[in-house]
Amino acid sequence: MTKMKMKQLILITVLIAAGTSSLFAESKKGPDLGKSVSPEEITGWEISVFPDGEGLPKGEGSVEEGEKIYQQQCIVCHGENGLGETADQLAGAQMGLTSEYPEQTIGTYWPYATTVFDVIRRSMPMTAPSSLNDNEVYSVTAYLLYLNNLIAKNDVMNSESLPKVKMPNESGFINVYEKEKQR
Amino acid sequence: MAKDRSNDLSFTEYQVADNGLLDRRLFLKRGLQFGAISTLASSTALASTTKSKTEAVTDFNPISPEWMKKMGAPFSTYGVPSKHEDSVLRFPTQNESVPGNGVSWTPLHLMEGTITPNGLHYERHHNGVPQIDPKKHTLLIHGLVKNDLTFSIDDLLRYPMESKICFIECGGNSNAGWNKQPSRSEAGYFNGMASCAEWTGVPLSVLLDEVGLRKKAKWIIAEGADAFAMQMSIPIEKAIDDAFLALYQNGERIRPENGYPLRLIVPGWEGVLNVKWLRRLKISNRPVMARNETSKYTELQPSGKSRMFTFVIEAKSLITSPSANMLLKEAGLYQITGLAWTGRGKIKQVDVSADNGKTWAQAELQEPVLDRSFTRFRLPWNWNGKPATIKSRAIDETGYVQPERSELVAERGRHGFFHYNAITNWHIDSDGFVSHVYDKDENETTDSNNSIDSGWD
Ligand code: HEC
Repeated sequence: MTKMKMKQLILITVLIAAGTSSLFAESKKGPDLGKSVSPEEITGWEISVFPDGEGLPKGEGSVEEGEKIYQQQCIVCHGENGLGETADQLAGAQMGLTSEYPEQTIGTYWPYATTVFDVIRRSMPMTAPSSLNDNEVYSVTAYLLYLNNLIAKNDVMNSESLPKVKMPNESGFINVYEKEKQR
Repeated sequence: MAKDRSNDLSFTEYQVADNGLLDRRLFLKRGLQFGAISTLASSTALASTTKSKTEAVTDFNPISPEWMKKMGAPFSTYGVPSKHEDSVLRFPTQNESVPGNGVSWTPLHLMEGTITPNGLHYERHHNGVPQIDPKKHTLLIHGLVKNDLTFSIDDLLRYPMESKICFIECGGNSNAGWNKQPSRSEAGYFNGMASCAEWTGVPLSVLLDEVGLRKKAKWIIAEGADAFAMQMSIPIEKAIDDAFLALYQNGERIRPENGYPLRLIVPGWEGVLNVKWLRRLKISNRPVMARNETSKYTELQPSGKSRMFTFVIEAKSLITSPSANMLLKEAGLYQITGLAWTGRGKIKQVDVSADNGKTWAQAELQEPVLDRSFTRFRLPWNWNGKPATIKSRAIDETGYVQPERSELVAERGRHGFFHYNAITNWHIDSDGFVSHVYDKDENETTDSNNSIDSGWD
């Protein structure tokens, strides 16, 4: 290897180790046109909800309220009791994950309850996405968790209680990316 | 019509594997006449138009065609394909109650070369194509950074750009392969959730330098501006290494259905991570565990455990012609042609068999073979008119060999739904009709209605 190449290699290695610059970023520099945003502005953009509850808004919802919303706005596509119609089955699994015809529902498959809130708030109902307010999203989430026997009929869902809901399949996943990286 | 040459030429001196596979240099050696392959009427809506087009036209004068006797059409501001090619179409399949939830398949079986024209690039949307005004579109990068910043599309157009030709394949592509019964669709209409284009845009690393990553930054969560607000988590290493924000697709601005005005490209990783209509990148210390990285795009295994974060597309190949629902009109010389790709780099070799995997020959790879791009392979085949099963097998530069279906199913079961990359068999019967088949020992059921997995996720 020539000295020159050696130098490049060292430089590249250093960049990778630094972890912030890619191979080509070193030579490429943008015109720095990004505009600063205030934390208050960002709050409006922030709709991602994490398993530990980060990102969950204020408010709360009940199973009873959720059932009403479900019957009006979700049942057409997801069927009675979440059994599935033109869109995914959400509850009522009879067959386990190792059976010949496994049913992957919120109750049997989903690792985190927070994901239910997140997907409904950002995209459901499909015909009028982001039309439900946070209390309504908490309610319909509560109803779906109740249908899956994950919470009791009187349980109230909010930013405290939702992340605590025990999901049976939480440990059912193998992180393939991590495993490969370790190899 | 092509003369039947199978009797006067056996090509035995050129044979490289059994049942008529010939040396790939045969194409170069002789100006041979190849047999005609027609696309037959099929299960698709295109059937009737396709059929009439395959009937030979005889009442014309080849010496003095009508179009040489009048002025040609004037210029056009945006070209479209010949009207005689109007059956080369994407094939959409969508949800009954949500017309924008579904896919449209690239007609790989009707195409050649390696680049997918923009109008034929596959689509997978969760709630339709947003009609975005680029003047009203903003990208926010925030979270574990030193400066939270927004960028307009006009801003981004001033940044240094890079181009990369790469394939994008949906993690759910070819999932009909998990079914107990072989597919009845054309090759592209069950394997065409894969396309290859030249994408041009701003390296993500340039923007990450500008916002300044904090030490704890481990993942980026990308979000689209569609009605589904698609959200996916991607490891920061990938974001820094080779991800970029594409503004152009094959030289023109990205088509609305492929993410206009801005799409995240993560070369070699499954399609869903290449977030379209990109509007937000949240830098985080952990993945968000979105619906599309937990409930879907994870693969349930026979053990009951599921594979998660299966980002990389493993090597796959597919003979695009002859393929399902085509008709070989007579015995004779044909060109076997197909596509191979891998998310782990370059395709090293593609083998083709015409005797159902007993003997194999190396196909010719079209140059240049590009990193994480479609690679075209071709091999001449002298069909003897008897039933035959042809198949292709890709090997990538890591040495990974595309598995047989039986191997894949033995390892992963049949309920993983995603990342099906097994070898595809095409059977040619004595009438020359081509259909999809499994190996004999894989006839899992005789009940043809027993397709337990279907759909497009
Ligand atoms: C017009 C039809 C329609 C309506 C109404 C609708 N959904 Fe959906 N929903 C869908 C479709 C289709 C999907 C699958 C989306 C995909 O695959 O990208 C889906 C997916 C979901 C999922 C994720 C399912 C999974 O297994 O990953 C949840 C949860 C959900 N919907 C909840 C709701 C709730 C709650 C409502 C009512 C507030 C609702 N949906 C209303 C069509 C609908």
